Formats: sequence, structure tokens, C-alpha cells
Amino acid sequence: MKYAFYPGCVARGGTPELLVSANAVMDRLGIEREEIVSAACTGAGVLQERNQKLGDALNVRTFALAEQMGVPIMTICSTCQGVMSQANRRVLQDPEYLAEINTVLAEEGLEYKGTTVIKHLLWVLVEEIGIEELQKTFTKELSGLNFAPFYGCYIVRPSDALGFDENPERETSLETLIEATGAVAVDNDGKTKCCGLPILLINQGNALQMVSNHTGEAKDMGADAMVTPCPLCHLNLDGYQPKAAKRRPNGKIDLPILHLPQMLGLAMGMQPKELGLQRHIISAKEVIGKAAASPAAVG
Amino acid sequence: MEQTLRVKRYDPENPGSAGYQEYTVEVTDTTTILDALLTVREEMDGTLSMRCSCRASICGSCAMRVNGQAKLVCKTRVNSVAPDGETITIDPAGNMPVIKDLVVEFKPFWDKMRAITPYLQPEGEVPEAEYLASDDEMVHLVGVVNCIQCGACVSDCTVLEVDSSFLGPAALAKAYRFVKDPRDGHQKDRLGALNESSGVWDCTRCMQCVEVCPKDVNPMGRIMAMRDLAMEVGYNNTSGSRHTESFARTVKKNGRLDETRLAVDSMGIFNIPALLAEAPVGLRAIRKGKFPWKAHKSSEPNKVKRVFEKIEGE
Repeated sequence: MKYAFYPGCVARGGTPELLVSANAVMDRLGIEREEIVSAACTGAGVLQERNQKLGDALNVRTFALAEQMGVPIMTICSTCQGVMSQANRRVLQDPEYLAEINTVLAEEGLEYKGTTVIKHLLWVLVEEIGIEELQKTFTKELSGLNFAPFYGCYIVRPSDALGFDENPERETSLETLIEATGAVAVDNDGKTKCCGLPILLINQGNALQMVSNHTGEAKDMGADAMVTPCPLCHLNLDGYQPKAAKRRPNGKIDLPILHLPQMLGLAMGMQPKELGLQRHIISAKEVIGKAAASPAAVG
Repeated sequence: MEQTLRVKRYDPENPGSAGYQEYTVEVTDTTTILDALLTVREEMDGTLSMRCSCRASICGSCAMRVNGQAKLVCKTRVNSVAPDGETITIDPAGNMPVIKDLVVEFKPFWDKMRAITPYLQPEGEVPEAEYLASDDEMVHLVGVVNCIQCGACVSDCTVLEVDSSFLGPAALAKAYRFVKDPRDGHQKDRLGALNESSGVWDCTRCMQCVEVCPKDVNPMGRIMAMRDLAMEVGYNNTSGSRHTESFARTVKKNGRLDETRLAVDSMGIFNIPALLAEAPVGLRAIRKGKFPWKAHKSSEPNKVKRVFEKIEGE
């Protein structure tokens, strides 16, 4: 299966290590893809505050570009996934609304017919590649590691826009992948809550408290690292963790935040640099060490 | 068939005994969680406290957490959360103090409702008969008026979890109902108050309220609409409004988001103390080779810009 690749702005901005690691892992898995280079930002829910139709039009333009390529969209960002899923639902439920947006897009010769499927890499791995195929690429069994899943809001809510009814496995897809590597999934309370990033520049105190609560809880539960499919969560949970740590009783957290492909790359025996692991604010050194010392994967 | 409920107990006279207690009851395909809890209370353990009244998702008394998520238990069938008879965990609603077992103190909820002035304040000449409002102007308020004030959204709000001063989804949805009512004469004052801290800009857009509302009130959507309205009537000097404007501006220019610009614009380019406070974060990113120095672009930014121009011009 080939995909129209939509990395999202943050993978090309504040978290370049996500793009590097995702490409490395997708190459190892032989996932064929072509980037939708002309695509705009999804609006991340922010543009939608000001003008929902504008946000929807930008996304419908992306769907139309993928439709021309004749392949599903694959993203590596939970927020992009959620915003695109919501936009797609709105236009599919309201043909008149879609027609209005298509009129705008007609100027550049585009028309969205409504057939584009949008899937995060997380879902592609669980639903299309399958755990068995994925495990064939693993050379390490990360059995000594404990990973706390952290989904981010947009890939879990609103659940009716995200196809959870038709694909119930999506609800636990991150735990499924963590366990597939041989690691233990640490069932933390914050895993589907907000990381705080959307208000980081608006009410930083609240945003930092969220970082402190979630990373602190996972650390207390024995997690070696947190794993997220959302680069926006990563920006906040990693970048602002030093500041958030001051809110903990001992002033420390030190919980590395891994992007989903970085965890998979470690199971594939990739070198830390190939996965951009040197680019984290909270050092991932201990996790890298434990992964390297892990036993070889069986089968 | 049998169903086990794991119910959170709390007795204010004996707080040390707080914990979960399991009860196993007989259920059918149509048994609701409330039915099951009432069976527990009436046949097994009369000390279990909970609120309920109409049993038909009208009164809004029985919101509580089912497997960690707020639900009206009268509207939730046992088999919808435990199709294979899995144990169901019941906790009281969150973000409100527990009085006993599944009963929570709603005072903070009502205090915030009061804080948004939950009644019409007409201006101008008093009409001879009633104040008139057209169907068109009122019809979109039906969705908000449907709120039964059950507190499910408040229970699961991720901002209230860290900041009890936030007005919260229920009161803000109610505020929207008055902001948009054509008979009210204080729209600008209302938006001004909501533009202050603890108001519309403190929402994280996490969608918990949208997900758990049993009446599809969509509180978050109302909050977003009020952000836009506040900016329209001239409240555009908050970090929230600058954040939204900057986001739109950079995407319009490049087709993509410019994170560095967004941070600087949101804090205010002349807000030197705030910018300096962020310097350590920027320096750490530079040291790790991940500071986004250069804004990236769509390969066809002009086409993206045309979409902006056409829709903004509508």
C-alpha cells in the first residue's frame, strides 16, 4: 500500500527528530509514500476558532490532492489526524457545505469527491501492516522497559469522528504497539488527557501543571519513558518538563518522551542518532542503554 | 447474567475507610448502570449514597464516572460498557468535592453559573408585551438550552483538574446562551468579562466536554465561538487572541505554521520579561539542534493564500 504522506508542521519545525525517526522506521518497514508537498497546515484547531470554514477548506484541499494521487493520507501527528478527521466528517455529512468549499477549490482545478481515507501511522501499523509483520522487523525485545502511553487529545476525541466504532482496536493501539516491542505499557491516568500545549502561551501555569501531573505520575509508576504519537504533546512534555519539574515535591522528573517511531526504531535495533534521540531536552540516554542491553527478539 | 460493580466508597465520618467495594448483581441486556446501582442500594447495601431522580436523562442528577469517564448512568446500559461482563468501576463525578460515596458537592458548579449572570439583561425601551426574538436567531441556541446541568463536562474538564478558578465548560456554554440571545443588551460587557483570565481563553480544546456531554451541548464549540466574538467586538489584546491571529497570519503567508513567530507574537513582541522567561527553553532547543530557525513552507503557498482570501472575503 502506498500513502500520501502528511508529516505536519511540527515534525518539520520543533520536533525534527520525529520526521527523521518516522522516515527511518517506515523505510525499514517498506512503507511506500509520497509527500503532499503543496498541502497547508491543518489549522490545529486554532485556525478553526477564528473561521471553521477556512480551516475545513484548507483540509479539503489536502484531501483533494490525495484523492488525485489515488492513495490514503498517512500522518505522523495526532493533532493533524484529529483535525483532518473532524473536517472530513463535517463535509461528508453536509454535501452542500462540501460543494461550497469545492467552488473555492475549483480555481486551482481541484474537487474533493469524498473518498480520501486519513490514517495516522499508529493506525496504519495496527490495522494494515499488522503486529506480526511489524514484529518481523524487530531485532530487540524491549522486555526490561516500561513505557507510559500518551495519546494526545485529538486522536481519541471526539471518538465518533475517529472511527472508533468501526475500528475499536484504535482505542488501545498505542498500548498494543508498546506491548508488541516486549515492553510493559504503564497504564497512567493522564494518557488520554490534555498535555497543556494549547494554552502554553496563554496560561503557562496551567500548562506546566499538566506536564508536571502527567510526567510525574508516569515516573512514579515506574515508567522509563513516555511514548506519544503526537509531536505537539512532545513539544510540551519534553521541552517544558524542566520548568514543570519545579512543581514536583523533589523538583525532579527526568522522564524522556519518545516519539512513537523512536520506540519502534529501538526495537528494530536502530542507532540512537538514526532516530534523532540526541535531540531531546530530557536525555533518553538511560532508555537507549536499556534498549541496547535488551535480549534479541525471538522469531 | 451476573455483573460486578466496583464502587468507590467514602464516608465523611470515617474517611480512613475510603476505597472500592465490589457488588455483584443480576443484569439483563436492558439494565442501565443506574438500575444496577439501585439494586445494590435497595437489596444489598442501604448505606450506598448516590443522587438520581428521573431515570430518563432529563433531571441531570446521576452523572458519575464509569470506568474513568463521566456519564449519566441512567442513560448508560451495562452491556454498552461491559459487553463481556467485565467489572465496571464507578467513581463519583470529578472536579467537585465528594460529600459521600457517589454524591458530590455542586456548590462550585452553581457559583460559576451565577458568575456568568445567567439571566437576560435587556436594554432600551421596554416593549408593551413580551420581548420578541425571531426563530432564526433562537434556533441555534436550542443545542445549548438542552443542557441539563448534570456536571459531566465539569467532572472531566482537564483545565479544572489543575485550576479550580476556571469558569469551566458548563458555565461557559451557559454564557454563550446569553451572549447570543438577541434580547440581551449586554453582549459586549459579557464578552469583556469572559475575555478575562479564567474565561474563554483558558480552555485547552481537549474535547473532553464534547465527548462526555449526554445532550450534545458541545461546550467547547461554544467557547471557541465566544473567542471569535470577543475578538470581533474588539477584545484583541490578550495572549490568546494574539495566538490565534498569529497562527492564521503565518499559515496564510507560508501555508504552514511558524512556531517561533507564534511564540513571540502570542507573548507580545515588546513583552521583554515574558520573552526572557522563555529564553532558557529556546537555548535548550538550540543546544539540542532542534530550534526551528527557518519557517518551512508549502510548495505552493500562493494557492493556500488564495483559499484564505476567498473564504475570508465571504
